[in-house]
Amino acid sequence: MIAELGLASLWLAAALAVLQLVAAGLWLRGKSEALGGVIRPVAVTQGLLALLAFAALVLLFCRTDLSVKLVALNSHSAKPFIYKLAGTWGNHEGSMLLWVMVMGLAGGFVALVERRLSDRMLAATLGWQAFVSLGFYAFLLFSSNPFERLDSAPPEGQGLNPLLQDIGLAFHPPTLYLGYVGLSVAFSFAIGALVTREVGPAFARAMRPWVLGAWIFLTIGITAGSYWAYYELGWGGWWFWDPVENASLMPWLAATALLHSVSVLAARDALRAWTVMLGVVAFSMSMVGTFLVRSGILTSVHAFAVDPERGTFILALLAINIGGALALFGLRASSVTEGKRFAAVSREGALVLNNVALSAILGIVLFGTLYPLLAEAMGAKVSVGPPYFNPMSALFAVPMLLVLAVGPLLRWKTDRLARIRWEIVVPVLIGIAAAIGVAAFARINVLPWIGLALAPMLAVASVLPLRGRNPRRTPFAVWGMVVAHFGIAVSLFGMASESAFSQEKLVAARVGDSVEIGPWHVTLRAVQPVAGPNWTALEAVLDARYAGNAAQTVRPQSRNFWAPPQQTSEAALHTRWNGQLYAVLGGEAPLASGAKPGDARWQLRLWWKPFAPLIWLGGGLIALGGLLALIGRVAADVRRLVAKDKIAWRRMRQGR
Amino acid sequence: MNAPAPPPRRWVIWLPLILFAAFVALVLVGLFRPAPREVESAMIGKPLPQFALRPATDIRPGLETADFRQGRPRLLNVFASWCVPCAVEAPQLAELARRGVPIDGVAIRDRKADVEAFLARHGNPFDRIGADDVSSVQMGIGSSGVPETFVVDGKGVIRYQHIGEIRKEHVPLLLEKLRQAE
Repeated sequence: MIAELGLASLWLAAALAVLQLVAAGLWLRGKSEALGGVIRPVAVTQGLLALLAFAALVLLFCRTDLSVKLVALNSHSAKPFIYKLAGTWGNHEGSMLLWVMVMGLAGGFVALVERRLSDRMLAATLGWQAFVSLGFYAFLLFSSNPFERLDSAPPEGQGLNPLLQDIGLAFHPPTLYLGYVGLSVAFSFAIGALVTREVGPAFARAMRPWVLGAWIFLTIGITAGSYWAYYELGWGGWWFWDPVENASLMPWLAATALLHSVSVLAARDALRAWTVMLGVVAFSMSMVGTFLVRSGILTSVHAFAVDPERGTFILALLAINIGGALALFGLRASSVTEGKRFAAVSREGALVLNNVALSAILGIVLFGTLYPLLAEAMGAKVSVGPPYFNPMSALFAVPMLLVLAVGPLLRWKTDRLARIRWEIVVPVLIGIAAAIGVAAFARINVLPWIGLALAPMLAVASVLPLRGRNPRRTPFAVWGMVVAHFGIAVSLFGMASESAFSQEKLVAARVGDSVEIGPWHVTLRAVQPVAGPNWTALEAVLDARYAGNAAQTVRPQSRNFWAPPQQTSEAALHTRWNGQLYAVLGGEAPLASGAKPGDARWQLRLWWKPFAPLIWLGGGLIALGGLLALIGRVAADVRRLVAKDKIAWRRMRQGR
Repeated sequence: MNAPAPPPRRWVIWLPLILFAAFVALVLVGLFRPAPREVESAMIGKPLPQFALRPATDIRPGLETADFRQGRPRLLNVFASWCVPCAVEAPQLAELARRGVPIDGVAIRDRKADVEAFLARHGNPFDRIGADDVSSVQMGIGSSGVPETFVVDGKGVIRYQHIGEIRKEHVPLLLEKLRQAE
């Protein structure tokens, strides 16, 4: 019954999306006055029905109802509960359902609370939102029905990819999806603004919380995903410029640019067409990312998500939504007036530089990600890696970070650099000192060197906007900006330090052997078998001493899952304030000929990564900054609404 | 004052759409290209490198390049007793052997007792098994993991590479590739 209930509510939700689209279209064309009133309630109901469908699927997974095909294919009764739950969205159909559910709820929420925009613009926004959702509803209902039943239920499910049985991964995709869907709302606002030609500060203020929210989730998703790849894949790296990682990075870059340009539009009514364009691009990048991941068109470590047919479907959606939006942009953009002007040296000017740099990096990443495909179409096989991405993106990232140090200190509209020279002199001196110090004491590559010099400079510069302010009166948005920019400095320092100072050792050790790595002295004490709920593993017990301190025990494992059979290595991490020890057990080394049994040697891979955890700590700070800004903006909106209501009530009471 | 905006910027507005159309065209080509999308060995179409591996077991002889130049296509299976998917593909290899396909094995970083135990447990479809203790042959033929299976024609030229375990649905594909290699 539950599966049928879920399917029924999915169909109803899709039907309401059709109504929402048609009603908005007819009302906007002035065909029917009555239909205008149904748009908001329909949007809310559609969201609730999608939620009901998703709840039904969650329930099916929690009960491991094997008569449902999706559950039988992706779950297993022996799986821990949390992974049964995560199994709901750990597969294609479930994740698409999650997508439409969040999208429906977001549309419903807009319909419920948004009062600043004109009715026309809201109708256009919700109509477009319904149009985009409809594509996904069609996708679910016609080609990947999550509620499909099997004729006879199998005795046991087929498990879940063991690489995916990890708490980080259980929540990584939904986080990214929330980000993508938030951008879909921004996208719908952009289209609404284009359709009604109301591109202005009101539009920017309505769109900003959604962009901020989406951006926070994307930041968390990327940070968590990077940490997941770091400890789960056991390769010791934290960013591989893998197509799937790029797929999540590109929307983030676009959203970051959008976040900054929308502030300009909200505060100064400038960058109108550009902001609309970024709204379209940000969501396009989400869809392009989803497409690249799901279609398997690019070879990647995330190959578990692959299916060419689905790729074609997503491509069709992509072509309709984005192609349509860009065509509309082409037709309407010339009628969007330019907006207010500003001097080159001004807050706006700095934000424009930020936008240009972010867009350039976005272009570089997109090109690098697609280049293998392009080359293949020409008949050559290539893969593009860090040697392309690192220097090319640094080419724009470094100037952008320099502007970041100065921009927040500048005034809107017009300013002179001479005015802030005494403020920026401190961070600049610190940066120069760091550059000289690092160059004098360590021989490292040029990119990490630049990073190590920029990071302290940025750290100081990022807190300068607080100078002379009363901390209690400082708006949350300013705190948010400061924290996020400081987070960038922290993360940059972690990246540069990890890249410059990491040490790696690969050894074949007998039990009792010791290895020196950086300041660590690591002893292999034992190798023992251990068993988990659905895996067995060999576990190495390592005693690790930092510079003669007391021993810490770390336990890397080499795990064997049995449903489906697969081997993974669980890295063991030991974190100190100044870095991380990273240990991987590779397995038993082959015995040399003539060796006695009992001479067994074990492959151990050890890394010492100074300050590496700062990479993700910085990511967390960036997200926290976003959260502070979001709280500030939303609180201000709520206060404004309350004040308006009070005035309206007083007027009513006074009989005016 | 109300002179219309100069037109040169007009085309810039359409640039995103043009770029997007190019993207769609590119991925369409990618999606419908008939070739398989896995990382293929650059060795396909090239002769096997020279090697001579000592026997991995007492029950089968070792393996060398000359064994593949006897005029008939053969399968070269890269496996290891410590690899779980290799056990999964054993029934399919047995099926291929039953249909008369000659199969040779390369055991990667393995021990004699372990290989023999593996063969005793999962069956032995191999004519010869060479021991590759340092993965030199594996690297030489462009294989990046176990299990992998190569179709080698009668002149010792690599014709096809199958990455990962052979599942039931792959058996007809491999038979077809062997036929093409005749």
